[in-house]
Order: sequence, then C-alpha cells, then structure tokens
Amino acid sequence: MKRVACDRNVCLYCGTCVGGCPFEAMTLFSTWIEVDHDVCTRCGVCVKLCPVGALTLGEAGP
Amino acid sequence: MKHEVDVLVIGAGPGGSSAAKAAAEAGASVLLIEKRQEIGSPVRCGEGVAMDWLRELGIPPDQRWIAHEVDGARLVSPCGHVMTMDARRAGNETGFVVERDAFDRALASAAVRAGSDIWMRAMATGAKMVGDRMSRVKVDRFGDDVTIVPKVVIAADGFESRVCGWAGLNSRLALKDIDSCLQYRLVGIETDERWNDFYVGSMAPGGYVWVFHKGEGVANVGIGVGAHRLRKKGDVRMYLDRFIASHPELSRGRAVDIVAGAVSTSLPMDTTVKGNLMLVGDAARMIDALTGGGVVHAIRSGQIAGAIAGEHLQGGQPMDRYERAWRREIEDLLVRNYVAKEKAVNLSDETFDRIIGALCELEVSHITTGEILAAVAKVAPEFMAELEDLL
Repeated sequence: MKRVACDRNVCLYCGTCVGGCPFEAMTLFSTWIEVDHDVCTRCGVCVKLCPVGALTLGEAGP
Repeated sequence: MKHEVDVLVIGAGPGGSSAAKAAAEAGASVLLIEKRQEIGSPVRCGEGVAMDWLRELGIPPDQRWIAHEVDGARLVSPCGHVMTMDARRAGNETGFVVERDAFDRALASAAVRAGSDIWMRAMATGAKMVGDRMSRVKVDRFGDDVTIVPKVVIAADGFESRVCGWAGLNSRLALKDIDSCLQYRLVGIETDERWNDFYVGSMAPGGYVWVFHKGEGVANVGIGVGAHRLRKKGDVRMYLDRFIASHPELSRGRAVDIVAGAVSTSLPMDTTVKGNLMLVGDAARMIDALTGGGVVHAIRSGQIAGAIAGEHLQGGQPMDRYERAWRREIEDLLVRNYVAKEKAVNLSDETFDRIIGALCELEVSHITTGEILAAVAKVAPEFMAELEDLL
C-alpha cells in the first residue's frame, strides 16, 4: 500500500505539510513529522506542498 | 504530575509571548510553553517588519534584532516595470528587516520579566474538553508527562495549530488559501540594499518573490507559491531556483541559510474564542492574505487576549469580548486584503505589467497597501470593482 514517507535528510520541520493536510493526519514535533496512517487518505497534497520536496507517496511501510 | 495555572499560553512566537506578557501584567499566573528547544528557531519568515506598526504596539526598535534599515520597497512587474515606494512616502509599511530569532527571544524575555513562567521543549499533546471548556491540557515536558489545569488557554500554536481542533474549531484551509514558502539567505549578491524588492507574476504563481536585504551583499530571497498552483513534488524549490538563476545579480550569491514555511492566505477564522480558549495570530488565521505578513497581527491579538484573560480572572468579565476586540482593530484590513489577494492571484503577467507600469506614472502621496489598491482601482477598474467598497 502507498504511504507518505518523509526524508529526514531533506525535511526542515517547517510544518507546511502539517497545516496544509486536509485531513489533519500529520503532527509537527520539534524535529520530526508524524503521519497518522489511519487518518491519511494518500491524497498527495502534502507531497506537492512541501517547500523542499521532502515527502514522497510511495510503496513503503511494514 | 498536575500543574495548576491561571493562563496557559501554547507557543512562544510573537503572539504567544505578547499574550503571556499582557496576562502576567494583568496579575495572572501564566505558563508559556514552547515545543522547540530554541525560541524563534528555525526561522520561518521573510523578516520584513513594518517598524511604525511595531512602535504603535509598544515595541521600539532595538539593535539586538534589527538587521538592516531600508529606504523603502520596490514592486517589480514581470517585464521589469519598477514602482518605487520611498519610505518617506511609504509610511508605516516598510522599514526594517529583522533577525526573527532574536526578535522572538526579546518578546519571550519580556514576558518572563513581566512574571510569566516559560517551559522549553514542552509540547501540548492533547486536551480534555468538559463541554466548551478546555479543562486539562496534556504536555510533554522534556520527556515527562504533565497535566496542566488552566483557567484560561491561549492558543498561539501557529499555522499548524492543533489546539483549535481539540476544541472542535475547524481551522482547515482550502488549498487556494495556502502559500508554501521557501527562502535562501544569499551572501555575495550584487543588489541595491537600499530597497526591499517584491516581484509579482507567473514566476511565483499565486504569490510573489521577495528580496529583503540584511546588509550589503546579503538578502533573504524567498518565494511564496499558491498551493493550488503546485503540480508536483519540489515545485516551490524549482520556482525559487529558477527565479534566482534568471537574475544574474542574485545567482552569484550562495545560500548560507534555508528557511521554509507556509502562510494562510484565507479570511480569519469565524470563531476565535470558545469557552476558556482564545486563538491568536497565525492559529486564528490572522495573516494578511495579500502580503503574507502576520507578526504585527499576532502581537496585537496576543496583547488583547492576554489583557482580556487577566480581566476575566480578576473581575469575571466574559471572554467572548475578545472576538469583538481584535476584529474591531484588525478585521477590516484582513478582509480587504483577502479580497485583493483573490483578485491578484488571477492577474496575467500582461495585466501586472499594465497596472504596475501605470502606477509608476501616478503620483501617490502616501504609499500604503491601501493607497496602492486605490491607485490600482483607478488604472484597472475592471479588476478592482469589488474592492472599491472596502477602500
């Protein structure tokens, strides 16, 4: 199943994806982003929103 | 662990620190919590601030956080028409480029000096609602779980606010009302540091590019792009890199700092007070939709919320006065600039060229955003008809 993944080497923890997520599926901690995969609809808005391109919607996850 | 407090302020940005200071000055016991380990860092801002507005808010200029003073601003059209807004005429909306981290630290320090407590690395993780009241707030303080029992909660948790949702307030934004922003601090550029420059047009769809100087050869060069104009991963960075590459005076510079963030370009929220909760600043969507500026509104709404919290605790005055109080001062401007933004994002490059070209010819005596909009209404009435009522 497709999942949103954050590349920690790219992410600046700015919160743009968190505030822009239409489903409030994301949370900004001080140095990480958490995605609630049960709430996430894989719409891909966050992938486009991220100013630095740190997010990917791809095949991943356990 | 349980911790009782009169006023809990969530988020130590300009809005939160101003609220904490005002509530402490009104005699309340105040706890200000900040999830990060450093106030104001990482910076998420272009750092241009209207100095006269700060003065009006009781914050005089301070060398600790002023980076650079400019003569004014320039608005550049896609084909290169330049409208110069001299500070002597531009009045209160140009002036200083600040060091936002130092600025935010100064405001938080002022809150502490006024008597507020502050916890760093303290993140609100959830809340218990009893009816309309936020009776408990769960906080992770440097790894320890603490339950705060507040009489009043002021949410100043910014663009990505979660506190609104806990109280059942809808703060979700339409994509057209979000700008995704990226900025480099470029060193070694060859620009005129007397001016802050704004570039509009299709090079920054739904937003603009800013060049805010921090000294000779150094500037914050950033872009905001409307979220509904983004097509694929990494588009914001692509637009900024493309703009810099096409401007030789900038492309010689090297980035020593990367800043990202987002602004809401929506109307403010319909409800900003509920039970014992007040929302201030970006969390209440008080950002100016046209300019993307939010610092002064955050400070002012914070001051109002803090004072009202104090009066509520002392004399029992209802807190819903907050809604009317901040709207009386700020809402007209936010609505006018929202309507202007809705117009501006749909203008073609040719229309921007025509409008800015015509503005260069006009004698504008006192340049504020309002004056510019009034002038635009004259030269391009077909685009600004709906704005006339608001000016």
